[in-house]
Amino acid sequence: MKPIYMDNNATTACDPAVVEAMLPFFTEQFGNASSIHSFGAQVGKALKEARVKVQTLLGAAHDSEIVFTSCGTESDSTAILSALKASPERRTIITTVVEHPAILTLCEHLEKDGCVLHKLPVNKKGRVDLDEYKSLLNDRVAIVSAMWANNETGTLFPVEEMAALAHEKGIMFHTDAVQAVGKLPIDLKTTKIDMLSLSGHKLHAPKGIGVLYVRRNTRFRPLLRGGHQERGRRAGTENSASIVGLGVACDLARKHIEEESTVVKRLRDRLERGILAKVPNAFVNGDTLYRLPNTASIAFEYVEGEGILLLLNREGIAASSGSACTSGSLEPSHVMRAMGIPYTAAHGTIRFSLSRYNTQEEVDRVIAAVPPIIAQLRKLSPYWSGNKPVSNPEQAFQPEYT
Amino acid sequence: MWDYSEKVREHFFNPRNSGPLENANGIGDVGSIKCGDALRLMLKVQPETGIIEDAHFQTFGCGSAIASSSALTEIIKGKTVDEALLVSNQDIADYLDGLPPEKMHCSVMGREALQAAVANYRGEAWSDEHEEGDLVCKCFAIDAVMIEQTIRGNGLKTMQDVTNYTKAGGGCSACHEKIEDILIAVNGRLYSNEAKANPSLKSTPAPSASPVKPKLTNYQRIRKIEDTLEAIRPMLQRDHGDVALVEVDGKKIYVALSGACQGCSMEAATLAGVQQKLIEALGELVQVLPVGAMANH
Ligand SMILES: Cc1ncc(COP(=O)(O)O)c(C=O)c1O
Repeated sequence: MKPIYMDNNATTACDPAVVEAMLPFFTEQFGNASSIHSFGAQVGKALKEARVKVQTLLGAAHDSEIVFTSCGTESDSTAILSALKASPERRTIITTVVEHPAILTLCEHLEKDGCVLHKLPVNKKGRVDLDEYKSLLNDRVAIVSAMWANNETGTLFPVEEMAALAHEKGIMFHTDAVQAVGKLPIDLKTTKIDMLSLSGHKLHAPKGIGVLYVRRNTRFRPLLRGGHQERGRRAGTENSASIVGLGVACDLARKHIEEESTVVKRLRDRLERGILAKVPNAFVNGDTLYRLPNTASIAFEYVEGEGILLLLNREGIAASSGSACTSGSLEPSHVMRAMGIPYTAAHGTIRFSLSRYNTQEEVDRVIAAVPPIIAQLRKLSPYWSGNKPVSNPEQAFQPEYT
Repeated sequence: MWDYSEKVREHFFNPRNSGPLENANGIGDVGSIKCGDALRLMLKVQPETGIIEDAHFQTFGCGSAIASSSALTEIIKGKTVDEALLVSNQDIADYLDGLPPEKMHCSVMGREALQAAVANYRGEAWSDEHEEGDLVCKCFAIDAVMIEQTIRGNGLKTMQDVTNYTKAGGGCSACHEKIEDILIAVNGRLYSNEAKANPSLKSTPAPSASPVKPKLTNYQRIRKIEDTLEAIRPMLQRDHGDVALVEVDGKKIYVALSGACQGCSMEAATLAGVQQKLIEALGELVQVLPVGAMANH
C-alpha cells in the first residue's frame, strides 16, 4: 500500500513543478547572477522573478524587502542578532516559551552573554496573555520575536496585534512564520511586522532555502558580510536553483491558499473526529479555535509516543511525536510542558500534519489504523487495565526508587 | 527514526511475556510516568529451588524500553534468582544486538527492575538514587548528571580532566561547549587545559554505621569486600586498570577506578561487573558507585 505522509510540519515533499523549474539551474543555467555575461544575466532575471513571487505571497510592499537565506534558522538568527546590533543600548529580548529551538536556543545563549530574556508563558491552550505582554514593552527592549504558528500544536499567536503594540512603543517586531507561510493568507504591508522568517521546505520547496523579510527602513545589520549579494544584507553567491524553486512554490501556495482553510481543514477535522470517536482517553492539544488548518496534535493518555510512531510506521503512516524522547532526553517537549499538559498525556502526544496532497482515503486509513495501535500499547502499559486507566494511575504504580 | 537492530524491532513488535502475571511473588517497579519510562517486572519464583518459572512485564516507554523488557523476561526465565542477578544491562543490550547510545538507559532500567523484583521476592528493601540527565556525549553515552558529579567529586577543572575521568568529549568533540558550560556552572569559571585536577580521594574506608546482615560483622563485611576487590584486581590490571575501595555506606559501596578503567567507555560496565561479584560474595544486594557519586552525600 502507498505510504501516507502526515508529517508536513516537519518537512514537505517538493512539488514536481518546483523540481522541474529548478533542474535547468543545475545544468545550462549554472551562471553566477553577479556576472556581466549572458550566463549570469539569465540567472539574475530568474532570481528577480522568484523574489517577486515571494513578495506576492507575503503581501510585502517591495520586492527588495525579501532577503534569501539558507534556511529558517538562519533567518531567525539574522533577525534577532541584527536587532541587538542595531540598537546596542537595548539589551532585552521578548519571546515566548513555545518558540522553535531556532529562536529559543539562540535567545538562551544570548542571555548567557548578558541579554535580558523574557519568555512569555502560555496557558493550557497555548495562548499568551496580551496584558502581560504589554507590561513588558519598554525602551530597553531591542526586539520582540513571537512565532506566527506553533509547529507542534498549530496554535496561532495574534502577531499582527502584538506587532502593532510593539510598534507603538518603538520596538522592533519579528515573527517566525515558518509554519504559517503558505497555510494562511498573509498581507505584510497592512501590518506592523518588521521582520518575518520563512523556510522553503515547509511549503513544498527544497530544504536549505529560507527568506528573511525585512520591512523597508528597518535598521538592519547583516549576519554574513562579504559580497554585495542581496544588496549586501546576506553575502554569499545565491543558491539560484533553490531560489527559483521557492518562487514556484510560493506561486503554487498562493493559488492553493483557499484550499488550506477549506479542503485541508476538513480532512484534518475528519481525522481528529474519527480518532477521538474511537479512542478513549484521548484529546486534542492547543487552541482548537485559533490554529493552523493542517495540524492535529492528539494526546493519547498512558502510552508513549515513540511506540505509536513505530507501529504507525509499520502501517506505512508517517507522523511525529510531541515527546522529546528522540533527543535522548526523557522529558516531554517544551511546548507540552509549557501548556501544562499532564505527563500522562504529554508523552503520548502525536502530531499529524497534513498538506493539500493528502486525500480522504488516507485520512480514513489513519482513522482505522490508530485505535488498535493505541489499544495494543495500552495493553502493555502498567497504567492501563482492561479498557480504562488503572484507578489513580500516579499512585497505582509506585516505584521504590524515584 | 532510531537505528534499531532487527532484534529490537522484533521484540517491540512481538513482545514476549507482556501483561500482568497471576501469582507473582516478586514484583519490581522502576521509573515513573513523569520520566516517560516505567517498568513493572513480575516474577514467579519456585521457593524451594529459587528458579524463576515465569516472568512478565508491563512497560510504559519507547520502543527500546518495551524491547528491553521483553528481552529481560526471556533471559531470566528458567534461571535461579542468583543467576538472574548476574544479568547486566550490557547483557540485555547484547541480547538485542545492541541499543543506540541514547537508549542504553532502557537496558539499565531493565536491570534495576530485576534487582527491585528480586529484593521484593526476598523481602528486602531496594532503593536506587541513580539519577539520569540529558545525554551530553553521544560518542560514549555520558549524561550531564554523571559529568557534573564527576567534576564535583574529583575537583575537575578542565575539559581534558573531564575527558580523562569520564571519557566524555573524547570522541567527535561536538559536545565540548556543553561540557565547558557544566564546568563553569560548577567551578564558576573555566580553567585552561594546563590547570591540573586536584583529586581529593579519601583512601581509608570508614566503618559503616548502617545495620548489615547479622551474619557478618562490619569488620568482616569490609574485609570480604576488600578480598573480593583484591580478587578482581589482576583482571583489571591486565587491562592496565585498577580499583580501590573508598567508602562503604550501608548498601552503597564507593570505589575509585583508575588507570585505563577510570573514565573508559567501559567504566559503567566495569562497575556493574564489580557489583555482581560483590553481590555474590556478600549474599546481599549492594550498589557499587564511582567515587564521584559521593559528592552528593
Ligand atoms: C517554527 C519553526 N521555525 C524554524 C524552523 C527551522 O527551519 P529550517 O529547518 O529551515 O532551519 C522550523 C522547522 O523545523 C520551524 O518549525
